[in-house]
Amino acid sequence: MTEIPREEYILKCTSACAGCSDSLTLRYVLKAAGPETVLVVPACCTSVIQGIYPHTAMNIPVYNVAFAAAAACASGMSAAFQAAGKKANVIVYAGDGGTVDIGIQALSGAFERGTDFLYICYDNEAYGNTGMQRSGATPVGARTTTTPSGKIQVKKDLDGIVAAHNPPYMATACAAYPKDLFSKVQKALSIRGPKFIHVLAPCPPGWRFSSEKSVEMGKLAVRSGMWILYEREFGKVTINGPSKAAMIKPIPLEEYLEPQGRFKGISSEAVAMLRSQAERNAMRLKKEEEGIC
Amino acid sequence: MLTVATGNKAVAAAVKQACPSVVAAYPITPQTEIVEQIAEYVTSGELKSQYIPVESEHSAMAACIGAGVTGVRTFTATSSHGLHYMHEMVNWAAGARLPIVMANVNRALGPGWNIWAEHTDAFQERDTGWLQVYVASVQEAYDATLMAFRIAEHESVLLPVMVNLDGFLLSHSMQPLQSVDIGDFIPPIHLPHAIDISDPTSYGTLTGPNDYFRLRWDIERSMRDSVPVIRETQEEFARRFGRKYDFVEEYRCDDAEVVVIAMGTLGKEAEVAVDLLRREGLKAGSMRIRWLRPFPRIDLSGKEVVVIDRDYSFGFGGVIARSLAATEGVTPFSVIAGLGGQEVTYDDIAGFVRGRRPGEELWFGVNGHV
Repeated sequence: MTEIPREEYILKCTSACAGCSDSLTLRYVLKAAGPETVLVVPACCTSVIQGIYPHTAMNIPVYNVAFAAAAACASGMSAAFQAAGKKANVIVYAGDGGTVDIGIQALSGAFERGTDFLYICYDNEAYGNTGMQRSGATPVGARTTTTPSGKIQVKKDLDGIVAAHNPPYMATACAAYPKDLFSKVQKALSIRGPKFIHVLAPCPPGWRFSSEKSVEMGKLAVRSGMWILYEREFGKVTINGPSKAAMIKPIPLEEYLEPQGRFKGISSEAVAMLRSQAERNAMRLKKEEEGIC
Repeated sequence: MLTVATGNKAVAAAVKQACPSVVAAYPITPQTEIVEQIAEYVTSGELKSQYIPVESEHSAMAACIGAGVTGVRTFTATSSHGLHYMHEMVNWAAGARLPIVMANVNRALGPGWNIWAEHTDAFQERDTGWLQVYVASVQEAYDATLMAFRIAEHESVLLPVMVNLDGFLLSHSMQPLQSVDIGDFIPPIHLPHAIDISDPTSYGTLTGPNDYFRLRWDIERSMRDSVPVIRETQEEFARRFGRKYDFVEEYRCDDAEVVVIAMGTLGKEAEVAVDLLRREGLKAGSMRIRWLRPFPRIDLSGKEVVVIDRDYSFGFGGVIARSLAATEGVTPFSVIAGLGGQEVTYDDIAGFVRGRRPGEELWFGVNGHV
């Protein structure tokens, strides 16, 4: 059994929305990382939920930085700690906007250079901080304030982009599976070089479901196969238990879509696109795990 | 040691002696040689720094910020488009009170592509909270870079410093360079707000109007406090190494009736023009403004003023001419010259002075008054 420490590094009274998966994810990330950690946060929901100066809800050092700058800022920090002979985990904690869109160049650069850090993208599939506009990570058919009749394009394959950099460790996770998330963060931090964890973060106000259902929504995402839990260690893929089960017997996709207001009135074409993208992802990972591709 | 070097090599030599822990930089003409030379020093082990070959200038400054906030010395170099690509982070560096030193090789901005000298690139960063110094020789590029670290890291300043040198005219010109043994001229860096893992702090969180306003004032207070620090540093440099610098370098100004004011290499060229005009019987002098920020006060009472701007603020005027009109109440003859590397000789400068028309603006070689 994984022992999750009782210490808290994100304290009570944050300004997060009720049912926020971002703060739930961060809570477990920091429990896994421990106090010898510096967090680098670009513009995202986490910039806000820490609280307002001179107060902070964070019990570790946090460096807030410009939207596109997180991975580069972490590169400098990691190099400086190395130069000074100090040991500390440098973790970027960024939303999907700051990762798949405006921050992708800095992310790619840092991974190509082999920067010793962990990059965590918590993905609520839209620009949450500015009130739910589409991002490259928004799935097809989802309504946002800038796609009022549903997004036309499919979700950007962020993991494919990161995988192309051949990092020593990358994984997906979801706060609905905290032990899985916790052990992935610990494993990532035990490896030298650039590590990546992509965390699905169901967002009650953005996805329009009631705030007590965040964990349930994460589980529905995994059980329907819309979110696959896996890790890739030094190139070797392992699909994790809950997703293995979902690949054998997934729940109907509609069970995941229907409780979410953002998918209200979604066209059957968009549902078909969602389904085929999920199936393609599953097939690709399965083949990779079996060593076929 | 006396050698011959380009302006770029002189900057790199000074950086090697200042020994920053982290250098993050991206090449751009005409600055590239600085980055290449530093990479060479790091590879050969002459410089014990972490060198981060970032993928963009935005990331260069972001990496310096991330490194700097841990309390170590950092350096980067850029030019023109590179400087503007990092503009967001240039603001951030000053707001975060990080004493980063950056060499900027002044170059024009596109379109069309132009790689030659102009000051508009750095002038557009004048409101960011960076100190800015402009040099006129290879020796001065070296000296100013050394002094930049000491000034930036001074406890009363803690603001970043930009050392500006004219593209090609200085970056690629070979001139004599007298290097020095710096000894303890640059004390060890101490950043009072460095990240301390045992005493966690959040940096740059959401900040309301009252606190934000106070933090802005704090930048300006330090900018004002930098004036005596710059003076003391320049005096100490002169005491130790024998070369004297001021905020403004005056040339034959004591009895001058007309003063030519310029920056960078044009400021040096103006001295030759002054000698020429003196021989013709005109009581001319020249002033080379070295520090753009903090902007110096200059006593121009009783003198006619000709200002040469190698820059322009569209819809407003030459930045130095308009600034001096505002701060010193003068009515200068404003000459816009040297944009995009346009050649401006001492003969041309003497011509500007002979044909001066106070209160008017001349675009040299364009509206053809000279």
